[in-house]
Amino acid sequence: MSKYIRAKITENAPVNKGHNLLVLSPDNIQQHPLPGQFYMIGTDFSYDPLLKRPFSIFREASGELQFLYRIKGKGTERMKEMKKGDTVNLLGPLGNGYPIPGKNLTPVLIAGGIGIASLFPLAEKLSGNVHLFYGARTKNELLMLNELKGLLRKELIISTDDGSEGRKGTVIDALNVFLTSNSHPPQADSTSNFLLYACGPSPMLEAVSKFAAEKGIKGYISMEENMACGVGACLGCTVKTKKGYKRVCKEGPVFSAEEIVWT
Amino acid sequence: MDLTVNIGKLKLKNPVMTASGTFGYGEEYSEFVDLNKLGAIVVKGLSLLPREGNPPPRVVETPAGMLNAIGLQNIGIENFIREKLPFLRQFDTSVIVNFFGDSIDEYAKAAERLSAVDGIHGLEMNISCPNKEANWSIFGTDPKVTFEVVSAVRKVTDITLIVKLSPNVTDIALMAKVAEDAGADAVSLINTITGMAIDIKTKRPRLGNITGGLSGPAIKPIAVRMVYETFKAVKIPVIGMGGIMNSSDAIEFMLAGATAVAVGTANFVNPSTTIDIINGIESFMVENSITDVKELTGGIKI
Repeated sequence: MSKYIRAKITENAPVNKGHNLLVLSPDNIQQHPLPGQFYMIGTDFSYDPLLKRPFSIFREASGELQFLYRIKGKGTERMKEMKKGDTVNLLGPLGNGYPIPGKNLTPVLIAGGIGIASLFPLAEKLSGNVHLFYGARTKNELLMLNELKGLLRKELIISTDDGSEGRKGTVIDALNVFLTSNSHPPQADSTSNFLLYACGPSPMLEAVSKFAAEKGIKGYISMEENMACGVGACLGCTVKTKKGYKRVCKEGPVFSAEEIVWT
Repeated sequence: MDLTVNIGKLKLKNPVMTASGTFGYGEEYSEFVDLNKLGAIVVKGLSLLPREGNPPPRVVETPAGMLNAIGLQNIGIENFIREKLPFLRQFDTSVIVNFFGDSIDEYAKAAERLSAVDGIHGLEMNISCPNKEANWSIFGTDPKVTFEVVSAVRKVTDITLIVKLSPNVTDIALMAKVAEDAGADAVSLINTITGMAIDIKTKRPRLGNITGGLSGPAIKPIAVRMVYETFKAVKIPVIGMGGIMNSSDAIEFMLAGATAVAVGTANFVNPSTTIDIINGIESFMVENSITDVKELTGGIKI
């Protein structure tokens, strides 16, 4: 019954500059992850890094758990060095995950950078029937493009800050164009059918929340904070909401966009 | 083999407790730990009224440790009694409630209320949180005020009273003695050590609250030293904590003078650390032909 398990690494290879795909074969998966849920992964060989790090589930396939991660700090630098056959400690699945949209709604996914890791399984679960706005700083930081092209049955709109791939500009710019273009008339009844799902850096999530509020569209965003326990005990990962501080690990990581108080 | 230890009026089934603030209200860890096996559960610090806590980021990792500045976020005593305590009552373990106030009067009121409730077996008075405003720290750093606040609480409660001491003092043994003189049944130490970390790229503090409390293996040698000094100064039991990660660490604290130990940050690293430590202490006793765990307390050879 425990969500605390050991897992062997079956793959830990670069997928792009500064990004790896970690594939884990757990002793036994007690509970299947939902899109938007996460695991705490610990390398456990020293006291530095001491704590586990939270990672969104990217995929579950044939008894294995896949995590797409950006190498960013001490924890992921250490994780990058781990080899096939090495063992990690795994706590999860944790958190709430994305709510599944009703049939009459059109899901629009907005991913910034490594945020694609969390939204990919949602697109997969919805059989690719989603519009995906995917932004990164530059072409080299776009991940899993071939997989996404194979999966999506609606539009994949890419934007980069430097214009090296897709539209130049932010995902919000691209979203604005999309909603006002001819093929998607901006009538109230059509935009109100959209349901936004976003995961990415905090400024992007804030912009998505504002955008959703202005257009009167419902949106869900996946939040990130430094985390210690992952199970709701330490109150370390809270974010400010209209109803006080809430825990990213327990009430989140997915929150209604209108719920978050941006400071 | 006797694993039991006595803290005030409490007889714990073994010397391993959870450290306040690292184990929530117990239920958060109940799917990883059989709570019946713990010596005691010490719940997150409570105040008379709910508290919102500090702005994020609230935790940040540092070498072999972590800084936290949660800011004593809690649901308040009445909500705890109504919503959380019924769950804890199901278990055959001692429930110790950590609490604090903003004045001597608030401490006494909180203690009086908590003592009147079925299912609360002991109290741990927090006079040493590093994340409260500067003038609050006098409860744990000014011996005269410490004596007054502990005496005031002692007057209103008959259940086991533990005073949690701050390491951010010059002489912790003196503070322990003061707590003992004021009627404490035990002292627990150490709370976190005030610390801070700065992001050199943004030049901003890495915690929303600027400073926070350091915990984890990084502080263990300081904690062992303070337990040792305190053990020599008082007659009441000492509960040792500060960076305990495994049974060897726990036994080290007991040899320094701890009657019981509390596990904190290690719960975040491995949610079943407490159980591993209980098993490890048992194995150590078997291997070393120790029949009573109490023999370990103060067993250091100088």
